[in-house]
Amino acid sequence: MSKLFSKESKAAFTNPLNLDNPIAVQVLGICSALAVTSQLKPAIVMGLSVTVITAFSNVIISLIRKTIPNRIRIIVQLVVVAALVTIVSNILKAYVYDVSVQLSVYVGLIITNCILMGRLEAFAMMNGPWESFLDGIGNGLGYAIILVVVGFVRELFGFGSILGFQVIPQAAYDAGYMNNGMMTMPAMALVLLGCVIWAHRAYNKEEKK
Amino acid sequence: MEHFFSLFVRSIFVDNMIFAFFLGMCSYLAVSKNVKTAFGLGIAVTFVLLITVPVDYLLQTRILEKYTFEGGLDLTFLSFILFIAVIAGMVQLVEMIVEKFSPSLYAALGIFLPLIAVNCAIMGASLFMQQRILLDPATSSQAISSVGDSIAYALGSGIGWLLAIVCLAAIREKMAYSDVPKPLQGLGITFITVGLMAMAFMCFSGLNI
Repeated sequence: MSKLFSKESKAAFTNPLNLDNPIAVQVLGICSALAVTSQLKPAIVMGLSVTVITAFSNVIISLIRKTIPNRIRIIVQLVVVAALVTIVSNILKAYVYDVSVQLSVYVGLIITNCILMGRLEAFAMMNGPWESFLDGIGNGLGYAIILVVVGFVRELFGFGSILGFQVIPQAAYDAGYMNNGMMTMPAMALVLLGCVIWAHRAYNKEEKK
Repeated sequence: MEHFFSLFVRSIFVDNMIFAFFLGMCSYLAVSKNVKTAFGLGIAVTFVLLITVPVDYLLQTRILEKYTFEGGLDLTFLSFILFIAVIAGMVQLVEMIVEKFSPSLYAALGIFLPLIAVNCAIMGASLFMQQRILLDPATSSQAISSVGDSIAYALGSGIGWLLAIVCLAAIREKMAYSDVPKPLQGLGITFITVGLMAMAFMCFSGLNI
């Protein structure tokens, strides 16, 4: 068991959660982080989908890494990821249809999500399957955490609800409180993400000291 | 004729690839430090869009959907893999042409030319086009029902992306001389700037062309 969770494996899993966070530090996967976070439920579904796809594509590419000719490396990676995304997209359409309609194009866009290609090139091509799996899960969860934070803030202030349950009481609305309409707009997601990065950098700067 | 013009203008301002849908953010943020390279990348993205979206339109309507009705086989699940293969092939072609005819542009763009293959904007335009085929041209100004429509859409999306990246590059060049707080420098302030620009572009959403 200790071999499975050696120091390197643990680092591959925990680094992307904070210090090497794909969105805040590596600046990958921004497109979908902004577009699907207007409510919390699609954000959670997207985060989970990306985690699963990153982990399994990392494993598959890591298993065949020694046999891929160098010239067609990118195409092979793209085809593997596209096949996995097709499977996940159909599963989502079957089991959570309303969320998949909200996510619309962005499920297909996971293929071009920079996080996947980045991890395949930087990690899976050079490491064994188990470490690649942990790295994939770590990066996926790091991405999902940021999505959940932004989605939570946007839904709370934009709709007054969390996961569809009305949180802000009717009394507050009667007293003059109004939902912040800007929060449901894409523009606000960018500003929020800028603030999240600001907070992340300030927090990590103090940690480093 | 009116429909072409309407599609074209709407995809530049109202359905802007960056400000409304956040597609192509990764290379957008990375290349926007300098107006000249930003302009070059914008032109390259427009060109790739112009050749891939009509090809994908033809693939979708003539091959994938046709087999749906004839043999009872629904081949649209293959669309993800086919689209990404077309895009990767076309980008390879563009790379070879640019290298032959303009070696200086090839050197200036460097790694970002092959990276256009995984640019969300290209894949996203094809996926949006796939959705819009289902819209009725009589009621919706966004519907795509012919190759000409898809060309107008592709050209508009590309020019919209070009406009966005050149604007951001111009602002970032000036911001290099401003006094930004340390944790907010670089990425954080860029996000907030793009957010403010997105808010400005929201003014176009009432456009009724």
